[in-house]
Amino acid sequence: MRENLHRFFRAARGVGVHVSPAESIDAMRAVAQVGISDRAVLRDALLLTLAKSKDEKLALGDCFDLFFSQPEPRQDQAEATDDDASQDMDQSPASSSASEPGEGQPPEGLGPLAQMLLSQDRNAIAAAIASASGAASLSEIRYSTQRGIFSSRILDAMGLQRLRDDLDQLTATNPALAERLRAALDALREAVRDTVAQGLALYAREEAENLRNEILRNAPLARIERRQVAEMRALIRQIARRLRERYSKPRKRQRRGHLDVRRTLRRNAAWGGVPFLTAWKRKHRDRPKIVALCDVSGSVAQVSDFFLLLIHSLHEVVDDVRSFAFSSHLIEVSDILEAKSPEEAMAEIMSKVGFGSSDYGSSLVDFEKDFMSALTPQTTVIVLGDARSNNLEPRADILRRISERSKRLVWLNPEGRLAWGFGDSEMPRYATFCSVVRQCATAQQLERAVSDIVATYQ
Amino acid sequence: MADQKASTSIEAVESGLAAQGYIASRQIATAVYLSQQIEKPILVEGPAGVGKTELAKAIAAWRGMKMIRLQCYEGLDEAKALYEWKYAKQLLYTQILKDKLGEVLGGAQTLHAALAQLHDFGDVFFSKEFVEPRPLLQALEQPGGCVLLIDEIDKSDAEFESLLLEILSDFQVTIPELGTVSAITPPTVILTSNSERDLGDALKRRCLHLHIGFPEQRLEERIVESRVPGISQALRRQMVGFIHEIRSLDLKKLPSVSETIDWARVLVLLQAAELDTDIVKDTLNVLLKYEADIEAASPQVTSFIAKAARSNVFG
Repeated sequence: MRENLHRFFRAARGVGVHVSPAESIDAMRAVAQVGISDRAVLRDALLLTLAKSKDEKLALGDCFDLFFSQPEPRQDQAEATDDDASQDMDQSPASSSASEPGEGQPPEGLGPLAQMLLSQDRNAIAAAIASASGAASLSEIRYSTQRGIFSSRILDAMGLQRLRDDLDQLTATNPALAERLRAALDALREAVRDTVAQGLALYAREEAENLRNEILRNAPLARIERRQVAEMRALIRQIARRLRERYSKPRKRQRRGHLDVRRTLRRNAAWGGVPFLTAWKRKHRDRPKIVALCDVSGSVAQVSDFFLLLIHSLHEVVDDVRSFAFSSHLIEVSDILEAKSPEEAMAEIMSKVGFGSSDYGSSLVDFEKDFMSALTPQTTVIVLGDARSNNLEPRADILRRISERSKRLVWLNPEGRLAWGFGDSEMPRYATFCSVVRQCATAQQLERAVSDIVATYQ
Repeated sequence: MADQKASTSIEAVESGLAAQGYIASRQIATAVYLSQQIEKPILVEGPAGVGKTELAKAIAAWRGMKMIRLQCYEGLDEAKALYEWKYAKQLLYTQILKDKLGEVLGGAQTLHAALAQLHDFGDVFFSKEFVEPRPLLQALEQPGGCVLLIDEIDKSDAEFESLLLEILSDFQVTIPELGTVSAITPPTVILTSNSERDLGDALKRRCLHLHIGFPEQRLEERIVESRVPGISQALRRQMVGFIHEIRSLDLKKLPSVSETIDWARVLVLLQAAELDTDIVKDTLNVLLKYEADIEAASPQVTSFIAKAARSNVFG
């Protein structure tokens, strides 16, 4: 059972339940208490110790049901009916057929597998498949292409080689029996195939999902294929959720810090220094103030989708965010982002200012004209864009004034460093006024960038 | 464990809790049983009013132990949850010490000798006598063990969770000036959460995770039966069926078990023999706590009663 539990932990990790060694020890202790005879109680115990949320409980419950439903090896129909009941369930595979009388008595000199198949002992066959799966380390299966290899490994472990010899021999001596054996072998192959398929469903999910997420995480946002967009959205939303969990609650540090000795003494001078009134040092922390400028022009259209999604999540994390979107002119989009769901908000913003050709200069002019007062010495300004201004006047002087008025100016550029400054890219001119300039082309970079920005206020 | 009433089997837990009027599902009983056996706290999550806090009370009543409750809220800190120094007493102590200083230092002639004598003098300034124990420390100090209920942990700050970690894993706390205080008898710890905030992994890892949702129809009927004895079986079945229909609506706040019990009491009080549209509409405010929810549910009342009656016939 120990071995079985360990395999179950692996399967649990496969469905996304985090099982650390400490948790697996807890689960083992719990199982030792409740025993394994009652499936329902075992299920409860494992769910209690391993799953840490409602979703995990659901996933783990399904996983448990799948894991403990062994596929029954298929039987030869004609034979199954008449000697099923007489089987002794606990007999070991080797001895079960030897002690079996009846008309199907296999001749002496056959290998154990052949005897087992002919004796139709379903339990013995299931047990043999299970132990052969262990020997072939089925829990190592990762990809669907490995199905064939694992099937043949399991069959080999069960003694397929010997069975083939037996078959050859029987075909010559006892064709009818050989025919039966062949049919039983086909059924066995099918059962093994089912076992492997189940193993794949249990153990491979983790790898497949991790791999896919890993690839997506590092894939350039601009080059995401259409079919991946939905997955990417889900991933970004996951990132946003993580950021929110980490930063959303305005963490009230203990407002009362250390005793302020000087102030305490001063306040209590009237009582001869006996401290009736205490004074405490308070910790002072900045409230995050963020102004985000997001380029939604044609050249970055696909990336700006994700940028907007992330800004949307920023609105949930930080109280004081003002967002602006621009291509050739700039508008404030804070209200839209705050009031609507990400999809609706993005559609509305794109219909208002999106897809135009970008003009950084005039957009900066718009910003300076109407919104310069939004900037305070506590503000972090984030610009999301490729800095390609179609050879129009970049107005870097406005960016300098923005930088001077704010705490930090962060520029996130979806293009690689190599491209900066070539063609109509004004990145080097803008970069001189930025506190931080980062490439931000993948989901992972996006997460790091935003996380850093929010973290500076914590 | 020393406790002779310690849960010996899952069934014993179930009947023990039932004797206190708490009808536990198998999952709940298993969780309580396991928490005794492997000495782990239970983190109970679920919607409001499904009996999370009641569970702690029932365990305490069943096992005849004291229940110590710590209600969490934003800004809860060490001083309110764990221990505080008795400042006033400490001040008095320094005053007394000042007066007695002459005696203590007695015949010391030189500064050096006085210092040496001061060293030998036992200091009680930071000692057990000056510690004011708060719920968590109190729970550890109960000689016969107790049930420690840490209610609505999700309302507290993230920092507070870290404060709990030592208690939850080792049943001890470390007070810097005094050293480590270990539990005499490990308390049974129940934490409840409405999932308002996601709890830290470290905290979750130390607990058994129990999710109590809305009970199944049969279970809820049994709960009503045990809490509101005067109600007829037919009405009980009908009203629970009706509530299950209500829960399928998209409401701001779904009625939970505590509302079911309240409603059952109201129906008994009104001497209702069975549900009809009028009596339901009159008492809907017992079940639903928002005006908008009542408006949403009102048009459905008649069809829900009919449905509940129909399931009655087959169930």
